[in-house]
Amino acid sequence: MSPLQKVAAIILCMIFVVMALAAILVPAPYARQFRDVPNAGPSAAHPLGTDALGRDSLSRLLYGTRVSLLLAPAAALLSTLIAAFLGSAAGFLGGWFERIVLAVTDLSLALPWLFLLLTVRAMLPLDVPPMVSVIIAFLMMGLLGWQASVRVICAAARGVRDSDFLLLARSSGCKPARLLLRHVAPNLRPLFYAQFWISVPLFILTEANLSILGLGVMEPMPSWGNLLRGFEDFSALAANPWRLVPLILLVIVVMCFQLVLPSQEVTQ
Amino acid sequence: MIKDEKAAKMFRHVLRRLLFLLCLGIGGALLSATLVRFAPGYGVQERELDPRWSAQSVEALRQKQVLREGLASFYFHYLSALAHGDLGESDSLKRPVRELLRQRLPVTGDSVVRGLGVAWLAAALLSSLGLASRGWLYEASGTAFSSLLLSLPSAVVAMLAVHLRTPVFCAIGVVVFPRLHRYIRSLLVRSYDQPHVLAARARGLRSGAIFWRHVLPVAAPPLLALFGVSFAIAFGAAIPIEALCDSPGLGQLAWHAALSRDLPLIVNVTLVVCLVMLVANSLADLAGRAFAGSTE
Repeated sequence: MSPLQKVAAIILCMIFVVMALAAILVPAPYARQFRDVPNAGPSAAHPLGTDALGRDSLSRLLYGTRVSLLLAPAAALLSTLIAAFLGSAAGFLGGWFERIVLAVTDLSLALPWLFLLLTVRAMLPLDVPPMVSVIIAFLMMGLLGWQASVRVICAAARGVRDSDFLLLARSSGCKPARLLLRHVAPNLRPLFYAQFWISVPLFILTEANLSILGLGVMEPMPSWGNLLRGFEDFSALAANPWRLVPLILLVIVVMCFQLVLPSQEVTQ
Repeated sequence: MIKDEKAAKMFRHVLRRLLFLLCLGIGGALLSATLVRFAPGYGVQERELDPRWSAQSVEALRQKQVLREGLASFYFHYLSALAHGDLGESDSLKRPVRELLRQRLPVTGDSVVRGLGVAWLAAALLSSLGLASRGWLYEASGTAFSSLLLSLPSAVVAMLAVHLRTPVFCAIGVVVFPRLHRYIRSLLVRSYDQPHVLAARARGLRSGAIFWRHVLPVAAPPLLALFGVSFAIAFGAAIPIEALCDSPGLGQLAWHAALSRDLPLIVNVTLVVCLVMLVANSLADLAGRAFAGSTE
């Protein structure tokens, strides 16, 4: 690990610790309105001021960080599991199964990611409670975000398929399921980790885009995307620069995730 | 003889690609039809919600709909309409989807092509400059700049574009640029580090000649493949950018359709975008093969 990667990992750990302690650190519940001080500047009571509805910005930022940083890795985990299963099985089994999986993957990859998400989102109800909207966002990203990983994992599994140790295991009477679980998957584990780490920043940005467009996490639950919706009025930002904090935090986290990514030899 | 063989191979590949596109088109159309057919609220007419209609009349309406729209019959009607270029009617805008696409596709196409032009130019220029200087400061600042842009959600780039009053294509260019820059840079570095390039340099060939004769033939096929991929990135970026910049393109249309749960519209927009992407990728693939064939 290079020094830069260590710094990025430390920053990420610190942010995760703050996120975990959000319930202790927040000055007020994220949805509570202080109606006498809307759009207030930083003060002792509200260190990052309040939004247009009088809600404490620091509380919303901490809870929003918690939502975004739980949602993206959870979705990344789900998509990596799907990709690991499909990619390993396709590469290991080969034949028509591999061809079908790769054709579906190619078709999905040809489609811009946001178009696919919008199509699926349009099929689901929009007027849902905030927690349901979080689950919908998580499932959508997790169930639709596996395509790029499948290609990489399938190629690696194809390489393992003809290896000597697998031949030996096969000749000693191992069944395909056992071969896949006990011999192929452990050899591809570094690749699974790499694909997981690649997916996390991608899903953080996707959640932000969806929430800014009003199709992600619903109000009053905060997320980074929801908090960034306030940026539509950029002229107000010049007078209130502390409102840039959510964007700065998002950029730092995404950059840190990109820095701690495993080397290209593992990811490609 | 060898030339004829190559041409025949290329022809076979083109035919296979066309067949693949046709199959995918039909598969995509069937999938779209399924999504529309099983969408919540499908077949519910406004008249059914009118309190002046009696329960019997509403029931009769529903029965009529069911009789007309059995699943097989629905697929048949959908595909035959599609073959005649009829993509149905938008539920929310009450206009034919075909007409909407005809209006919106050129707007997005123009923004995407221009944005890609800006992004490719900037990425190629910066990568080449980085290779020419190979100083750590330049490389570090270039990497930091592209990482910063890569960390910005495209919706935030769109808001910035609104604030700075820059055209939509510039915002698309800003979203696509860092992805291209990273890839082009690493590709050029790998190509320049090839032994034959080192040998050419040792023989005293000028940098221009090295680039055109020894680096570009190696880098061109993956660059052409990247060209196809960059179309998908640009179209994906067009949704938040057009929605927030109020540009009347396909991205804005898709966003509007998703917000108003207009399934016939969003499914057909997605189908068209998918076909555009597949054609772009196929062309890039064919160009890459043709280039590789000509340099063999």
